[in-house]
Amino acid sequence: MHHFPRLSAAAALAAVLLLAGCASQVSRGEPSSRRDGDAASRKAAPDFELKDMNGKTIRLSEYRGQVVLLNFWATWCGPCKIEIPWFVEFQRTYKDLGFTVIGVSVDEDGWEAVRPFLASRQVNYPVVVSTMEVEQKYGGVEALPISFLIDRDGRIANTHVGLVTKKTYEDEILRLLD
Amino acid sequence: MKSSAFWISVLAAVALLAGAQAPWILSLQQPQKVTVPRQGEAKVALKLVMRPGYHANSHRPSEDFLIPMRLTWDAKAAVEAVEVIYPKPKLEKFEFTEKPISVVDGEFEIVTRLRRSPNAMPGPAFLSGKLRYQACNDKMCFPPRTIDVKVPLLIQ
Repeated sequence: MHHFPRLSAAAALAAVLLLAGCASQVSRGEPSSRRDGDAASRKAAPDFELKDMNGKTIRLSEYRGQVVLLNFWATWCGPCKIEIPWFVEFQRTYKDLGFTVIGVSVDEDGWEAVRPFLASRQVNYPVVVSTMEVEQKYGGVEALPISFLIDRDGRIANTHVGLVTKKTYEDEILRLLD
Repeated sequence: MKSSAFWISVLAAVALLAGAQAPWILSLQQPQKVTVPRQGEAKVALKLVMRPGYHANSHRPSEDFLIPMRLTWDAKAAVEAVEVIYPKPKLEKFEFTEKPISVVDGEFEIVTRLRRSPNAMPGPAFLSGKLRYQACNDKMCFPPRTIDVKVPLLIQ
């Protein structure tokens, strides 16, 4: 019993150090990835409600039961543009297995910037425009792209800041769909 | 127990501060004082250094979706900006671009040609401005940022 406070304080410190480590890695300009191992240790993905290009409300919690790749991006972000065709392919290949990508644009100009961008690409998954509140819920947008792999129970299984490989994403998606 | 809780809190705070520290990407040297003659022009040269491995879009980016580098000066100052001369961009190909894009990196200058405003009073003054830029490295991009610029002037 006496050991419990010490252990929980140590766990909190470990979490803080891990988060600080990720943040400082990004501040050095290096991509950072984090995997929250077993399902029990994963944190719930914060819910949000945002509109898509057609005014339809996209609520993250309504995707419970599916694996979600939540991708924060912007039209001015070059590495984000590398990933978009991968995500289009994942959406096409894995949609019927209970998978979706949700794109969250952080463009300051909102749909004015995003609409023409999407028109020039065959994006087949829901895209919404972010708010400061949503960005803060996900820890702020320090750099782009930022992606969260969310399991069928709505918990964050993997986090990536910066460009990672297509294979990294695909392996993680397949593991969560399994 | 109280003592270990205290040190854990201190360590946690230090770790958070270290992680939250904003990275410098573009740094501006303190501008030198500029004397603005009663007649004719003066020049302000802003000396900038980009963090190694990083680049910013030039003032004329290659694609519509990219955010240009833009220096704007306070319109109500004792001087008027005649022209802003940006550094010559480089055309560079990155892992994430199909074609080379127009960027600046390393050390560069942005020069502004100034002249005295008609109603300016002689004496010391400041010229304020904002430099907006958007930077990336080869793996990630950073949201647009603005540097506040303040140039000491001597109006003749």
